[in-house]
Amino acid sequence: MPASKEIKLEMLRSMLLARKFEESLTELCTIKNKIPGMMILCTGQEAVGAGVCAALEPEDVIITNHRSHSHLLAKGADPKLLMAEIFCKRTGCNKGKSGTLHLAVPEVNAPCTTTVVGGGPPIAVGRAFAQQYRGEKCVTVCFIGDGAANEGSVHEAMNLASVWRLPVVFVCENNVYAGAQRYEEHTRAANIADRAAGYAMPGEVVDGNDAVAVYHSVQEARERALAGKGPTLIEYKTYRWRGHGENDMQIYQPKDEIARWQAACPILRLRADMLAEGLVSADEVRTMEAQAEAVVQEAIRFAEESPYPEPHEALEDVFA
Amino acid sequence: MQHLGMGQAVNQALREEMIRDSGVFIAGEGVGVSIHDSPMLPTHGLLAEFGPTRVRDTPVSEAAIAGLAVGAAEAGLKPVVEIMFNPFFTLASDMIVNHAAKLRYLSGGKSSFPLVVRMKSGAGFGAGCQHSHNLEAWVAHCPGLKVVMPSTPADAKGLLKSAIRDPNPVVFIEDMMLYFAPGPVPEGEYLIPIGKADVKRPGRDVTVITWSKMLGVALGAAETLAAEGIEAEVVDLRTLSPLDTETILASVRKTGRLVVLHEACRTGGFAGEVAAVVMEQAFDSLKAPLRRVTGPDIPVPASPPLERFYIPDEGQLIAAVKEIV
Repeated sequence: MPASKEIKLEMLRSMLLARKFEESLTELCTIKNKIPGMMILCTGQEAVGAGVCAALEPEDVIITNHRSHSHLLAKGADPKLLMAEIFCKRTGCNKGKSGTLHLAVPEVNAPCTTTVVGGGPPIAVGRAFAQQYRGEKCVTVCFIGDGAANEGSVHEAMNLASVWRLPVVFVCENNVYAGAQRYEEHTRAANIADRAAGYAMPGEVVDGNDAVAVYHSVQEARERALAGKGPTLIEYKTYRWRGHGENDMQIYQPKDEIARWQAACPILRLRADMLAEGLVSADEVRTMEAQAEAVVQEAIRFAEESPYPEPHEALEDVFA
Repeated sequence: MQHLGMGQAVNQALREEMIRDSGVFIAGEGVGVSIHDSPMLPTHGLLAEFGPTRVRDTPVSEAAIAGLAVGAAEAGLKPVVEIMFNPFFTLASDMIVNHAAKLRYLSGGKSSFPLVVRMKSGAGFGAGCQHSHNLEAWVAHCPGLKVVMPSTPADAKGLLKSAIRDPNPVVFIEDMMLYFAPGPVPEGEYLIPIGKADVKRPGRDVTVITWSKMLGVALGAAETLAAEGIEAEVVDLRTLSPLDTETILASVRKTGRLVVLHEACRTGGFAGEVAAVVMEQAFDSLKAPLRRVTGPDIPVPASPPLERFYIPDEGQLIAAVKEIV
């Protein structure tokens, strides 16, 4: 089914929110020094989270990785609770236990953000197994990056998912860099998606800055999974505008390369297409931007005003 | 009462729990169709009884097996997965150490992970160090995991049934040599609480703390010592984590002497943790320095005389007791 006006509006709204969210975090941690720890952002990659989640139903599950903010926002996580967790406050979605790196939002079926590179796929296999075991009509999407594709656990998970025809969609965001290493330095093959052939599952390379194309690709993979035909591997070609984390000096990323990809901004692209198709007006876009900004500012205010956990709370939540 | 080997007792626990709870499933390498078609083994006959949906043979993929358990448990199923041998834990360890153990904490208590990872352990069958290497101390070092090591068939049944019902990840380590040593096992519902040690033999002169296969060594040595007038109290930990410090301390306060016995090699072994608990909380009760009897700090060798040299025996335990009594 082609992306409807509503779906496109949803994706644009989701991408605007993610962009404002990440830009505010850049400011908060690099200029204002208000947030501790590492800060890993998806600025410039918003079309993947938005497009993938627009193709999912609420009961579908996502397992995500360190660059998770846009995925979680697109899946419906409360921006206030995410921001408070990123600020490591008691009111955060995980009571300050996870911080920005391990956000877990089971209430929107996003139960696991793992920062162990390659840690997600085996867990996604388990989550999808439960869906198959119970005969549920839903799927599990697993987000990995191009770096994770070289972890052994990813191979094991893809093979098992295929052997058991599990309803998994493996989403590989190829943003050109794994840490400071360029794609060509860590992988010889032109495409990660080509590896799908080794697991007898469909593999597809998709423009990761085209939200509509992302949406369509997941829609198809989801239908295949629901029909009992097993997993799919989709590689989204995109680009990491910021460093691995906000403390990354980016000495290895050519400035003109960053500029080129910024010109190919996924938000500008969807906006231009929707304006040209008459699906939205310039005024409406400005209103959507202002709304996104207001949501993020409200989230920051909530986070800043929230208390830190008491030290003794560190001892809670180890065992059920 | 029925007499079963530990493998059969595990089998009975699995079977009863699968009947009781349709969310319980088992998965691993050869848990359905095995290269060893022996009724003494833990998953024998379960595929025929419960079918391939609930008894899942997996590819040789330990990380995927452990990840399967983590994901399925988060969804509310009750996975019981098998990592064939304890040394292969290394291949599954990221899923167990970084995920099963930590994801509940990272969720702020929203999610739970009711899973069991069964592993076969123990030297004595001549396979060498990549099949025989007891790593319980590694696992017990990880907050968020419970670690159970039964010493008798009855304990294995009662503890495994509790492990499957526990809302937390439990690592359940079975010594293979115990599969072939039948003992009495209660029929039907039989639960032993996780986190409680068991005094397997009372005594007044010295406490021997041990677990798993070494219980047999401890009880054998205690018989010999009793004939010489030394009454050893043998405490079987059953569970390494959470550790039953109360039972440990009560025994040491009674006897005033302690030997800790385990098969795993010495350095960084769990005897060190038991010793530290006693030194911190019952130092005043000790009438003599405590002793450790453990495997030596070498990989488990394959050759029978070398392997016998590796495994602690009654003679070593008796000698250690006599040093301090």
